[in-house]
Parts: sequence; C-alpha cells; structure tokens
Amino acid sequence: MTKRLFKVIDEAGLHARPASLLVQKASSFTEDIRIFYKDKTFTLKSIMVLMSLGIGQHAEFEIGVPGDNGEAILDALEEVLITHKIIDA
Amino acid sequence: MEKKAIAASEGIAIASVFKFESPTLDIVKETIEDVEDSWQKLASAIESSKAEILDIRDHTAKTIDEESAAIFDAHLQILEDPEIAREVKEIMNDEKLSSAYAYDVVTKKYVTIFESMEDNKYMQERAADVKDVAKRVLAKYLGKSLPNPLSIKRDVIVVAHDLTPSDTAQLNKQYVKGFITEIGGKTSHSAIMARMLEIPAIVGAKSILNAVNQDDTMILDGTTGTYIINPNAEQHQFYTQKHKDFAAEKTRLKALKNMKTITKDNHQVELAANIGSDQDLTSVLENGAEGIGLYRTEFLYMNAQSMPDENTQYEAYKKVLEGMPNQKVVIRTLDIGGDKHLDYLTMEPEMNPFLGKRALRLCLSEMAIFKTQLRALLRASAYGDLHIMFPMIATVEELLEAKEVLSICAKELQEENMAIGDYKVGIMIEIPSTVFIAKHLAKHCDFFSVGTNDLIQYTFAADRMNESVSYLYQPFHPSILNMLKLVIDASHEAGIWTGMCGEMAQEYEALPLLLGLGLDEFSMSPSSILKSRESICKMNYKKAQALALEVLTYDNSAAVLQRLKKEDYYD
Repeated sequence: MTKRLFKVIDEAGLHARPASLLVQKASSFTEDIRIFYKDKTFTLKSIMVLMSLGIGQHAEFEIGVPGDNGEAILDALEEVLITHKIIDA
Repeated sequence: MEKKAIAASEGIAIASVFKFESPTLDIVKETIEDVEDSWQKLASAIESSKAEILDIRDHTAKTIDEESAAIFDAHLQILEDPEIAREVKEIMNDEKLSSAYAYDVVTKKYVTIFESMEDNKYMQERAADVKDVAKRVLAKYLGKSLPNPLSIKRDVIVVAHDLTPSDTAQLNKQYVKGFITEIGGKTSHSAIMARMLEIPAIVGAKSILNAVNQDDTMILDGTTGTYIINPNAEQHQFYTQKHKDFAAEKTRLKALKNMKTITKDNHQVELAANIGSDQDLTSVLENGAEGIGLYRTEFLYMNAQSMPDENTQYEAYKKVLEGMPNQKVVIRTLDIGGDKHLDYLTMEPEMNPFLGKRALRLCLSEMAIFKTQLRALLRASAYGDLHIMFPMIATVEELLEAKEVLSICAKELQEENMAIGDYKVGIMIEIPSTVFIAKHLAKHCDFFSVGTNDLIQYTFAADRMNESVSYLYQPFHPSILNMLKLVIDASHEAGIWTGMCGEMAQEYEALPLLLGLGLDEFSMSPSSILKSRESICKMNYKKAQALALEVLTYDNSAAVLQRLKKEDYYD
C-alpha cells in the first residue's frame, strides 16, 4: 500500500464541498482507497464517514492506496485537496 | 392576533395561509424473513428518490444558481453512500430487521454525529441534508408522497414545522410570498435560502401550525419578526403601505450600488465595510462597499484549535485582498484580551482586563505571535492595497515599537527572497490619550481609524458590558464629538485621513455630524452601506459643518440629539 501524509490548512477544515469532491474522485477508482486518521482507518469512498471524522484545521491525515497505481491515484487526490486550498501546494 | 418570532429574511408579505405539512413516517421495528426482498424494496425507493433529487437539482440551477444547486449533488452522494448501504445490510443480516428500519437507524446515527459537532455550522447543515434525504427515501418506501412546493400556484404564505433544503429550493417566488416555520434560527438553512431568494421569512414561531387554518389571511413582517393572523382593516392597510415602502426602498438602494458617496455640494467620502472573515465578501460586494475599513483578524484565531500559522494567515489575508481588487483593505492586527480569549493561549488573570494586556500590548510581549501575523500580512501585501492597522495604541513609543517589529519582519522576508508589495500603516484611535497626541502620531502613520466603542468606554470610564452603567454609553456626547474634531483636524493637518470603524459610523443619526466633523471614511456592516450612501448624497457638507461646529459647544447628549432632529443638513 502506498501512503501519503496531508496537513489541513483551511480554517474550516476538510469541509463539505472539498470532502464531497474527494470522495467523488476516490470513488472513480476501483482500488479500496483508505484514509488513516487518529490511529484508525476508514474507507475514503463514503461522504458520511469522511464528514463524521470532522477533520479540522491543522489536523493531519494519511491516504493509502493498495496496488501498483498508488502514486498516480494519490496525485489525483492531492490535486483535489490543493485546488480547494485544503492543503498547501 | 399579533405575535413575534425570529426575523429571518427582510420584507413584508400579505397573503393566504398554505399549511405545508409532511406526512408522518412510521418506521416500525419489524423482523423479516427475506433479507434480499426487503433490501430490494429500499433500493427501489432510493432509485426513485434519485430521479426526484436530480429534478430538484436542475430546477434550482435554473431558478437560483449553480452554487445553490450544488447542495443537491451532496444529497445524491448521501443517497448513494456505500457506507450507509453497508451498515444497513449489516443490521439486516445480523438482526433480521427490515431495510427501512435499518436505514432509519443508520441515517439517524449520522444526523446525531453531525449535529453534535456544534462548533461547525457546515456540519449542522449536513445534518439537515441527511434528514432531508432519509425522509424522501422512507416516504417512497412507505408509498407516501411528500408535499411538493412546486404544486403551489396561487399567492400564499407557506406555514410549516420546518422546511428542508429541498423544500426551500423549490419555493416559487412568483407564488410563495413568504414563509414562517416553527423551528429554526437566523442561520438555519431555510433562513439563509430565504435571504438568497429575497422572500420575507420568520422562523422559530412555535405552534404556528396549530394557530392557523388553511386560507386564513396572514401578514408577515420579516424585518421585525412580527406576524398577524387574520388582520383587521387597519393592520391590513398599515402593512400594505409598509410593503410598498419596502419594495420602493429596495429598488432605490440597489441603484446606488456602484455610485460614489458625494454630498450635494461635491464633498466626497468613502463608505467601507467591516468584516470578520473572507466569507463576508459576498455581502460587501453586493452592498457596494468602497473598500474594507476593518477586517477583524480575531476570528481567524478564535476559530482555530491552535495558533494559526503564517501560511494559513497569509492565505486568508490574500483571499480578502484579491476579493477587493483596486480597493483599500484595512486589516487590524490581533485584538484579544479584554473579553476575548484564545483556548490555546494562557493569559495571566487580570483585575481589569479591558485596562490590561490586550491587543497590541499583548502582541508586543508575545513577539512570536505578533511576528507571525506581520509576516503573513507583508507577504499578502503583494496582492492588493493593504493597510495594516494597530489596535490599542496609547503612546507614540508603542507605535514606533510596532513599526520597528514590522520593518524587522520586512527585512527578514526580503532576505528570504519573499515578495512584498506596497502597504500603509495606521492606528486605531480608541484610547483617549491618543486624541491629544494625534498630531504627533500622525507624523508616524498613514491613517487613523476611530474605534468608538472603546473610545466611549474609556472616556466615560464605563464598562460597556456592565448594564448598570450603560446609560454612560453616549456616542453623541459633546466630549466625544470634541475628541473626534481634534483627531480629524490633526490628521488633515498632517495630510492623512481619518476613518471610523466603530458602531457610531453606522448610526443613521450620526452621519451628518460625522460628515460635518470632516470624517473621511465610514466603515460599517455591509447592510448599512446603501442606506447611508443615500442619506449622505442628499446632504450639504457646508450645512453639516455648521451643524457640527454648533453642537461642539453644547453640554449634553440630549441637546445634540434634539438639535439633529431639525434635519437642516439636507440640501
């Protein structure tokens, strides 16, 4: 599994709109994409799960992708986060 | 019967009552034999809900805008969420319970989670979204139909327990003249939508559904929160007139949006806006502000769990500067202490916090915090017309010290090859000492902005939080007016401008006085701007000056207010 660490800079945290787009992007891949947050792991394909984590400003989380396509998928997900200014470019 | 609840969206509506009632959805805890069969029933309810939501989405995009329609994309995502489906199936398989019951349990679980995130209004709205979706799915499952706002084809006032986001999006402005709900607050989704749609609304009117009958006549005043069921002729006439006046005023004010603020005899002033975050920019632009006169940076700190770092602040400041192209943006450095605290910053308890280590005093002793903010501001200066403003200055030395720190930060950034644009430096005038050394302070800065709330509190030695001395909050007192005169004159002699970002600047009655005293910039909440502009554009500067000079000689507030009633400052 390929993992990457992200730190939230947006003052509203990982809020509804970007969270929704992140889930949409993750759902476009067949891989079982996971989010690691506060020592637990969850699917990244559920908006309900992602929002109930309540990831706030300055929080750190990891995204993990199994298989050979990890880096490319992580790049695509990172792009969503950067476009919506959730993390630093 | 005349009653009051929470005013949620301005305007007057007079029309007949349309009771908008949802069917009760009884979800019973029933055991099942065939899990797959029960699941299919839910799946088809989800499928037909999807078609409805897509319709609502398109309707919203057409009648309101794409941004408002986007919440229905969120509804679709909730509808198709794989985790909800997984949890529902788990309950069904483990406990042999019906899909509807399991769906109800799972969606309610998420509603509870989101609602418990109290400090986050986004999550409160998401809770409403989940409820909205679940209600639609379960109604379909039970074969019940939800009331459809689009079916309303005559002039009505909608009366409901609550309106979901999808209900509000489908209200047709042509027929729905206003709405009133039993629950909700000023910031609940339906209230926000009402303001977007510009239809009058009242929320939090407890038991209103029981108090009205279908087709009763109703008057709704969304500006005051007053509502009347079956009004008498006199009330009817009064509100019909008020409705006409309101509509006329709205049209009149909208026309002033892109106008300058110039008196009849050609004296121009600037009307700027006070903001607390970049989210206020929309209303700043809608209300024709000529700049930002005060950006309170406290909220950036108060809404965070730890000290916001340089980049976070830089992004926030940059956003506001970019949002106001070619216009002045005054950003005030951190003003905490007094009644404002940060959870993550320990401060020594003080006997008199308002007279203690607050604002700039605190920043000068917590250099790391101060420098982080100044560096972020300097970096953002490349993106607009930045004016940095220091609060709670009492002496020339403090101003010089703050400027020294600023120039150290600028030097450091230059050494790091960071771009810095042009910027101006100014101070708040809110401590009486500064009034009498204004001419000295003016030599060292580019502008003044008067914070009347604190200036009044410190001048009268009356705590503004203490109700028993609230009678001493007297913005119209000649002592305050004479202080303003000293400050404004000193600034003009030095060739710099004076603005006002305190509450006095948006007191309608104060406008002629402040104008006459020579105030250059009035900064207020965005919603007050157009009305103030309209008023000032009708005034005569010379007459206002004469008025101001006259009342400076008075000895009490009441006399000043009485004199203002003559309204002899118009042309």
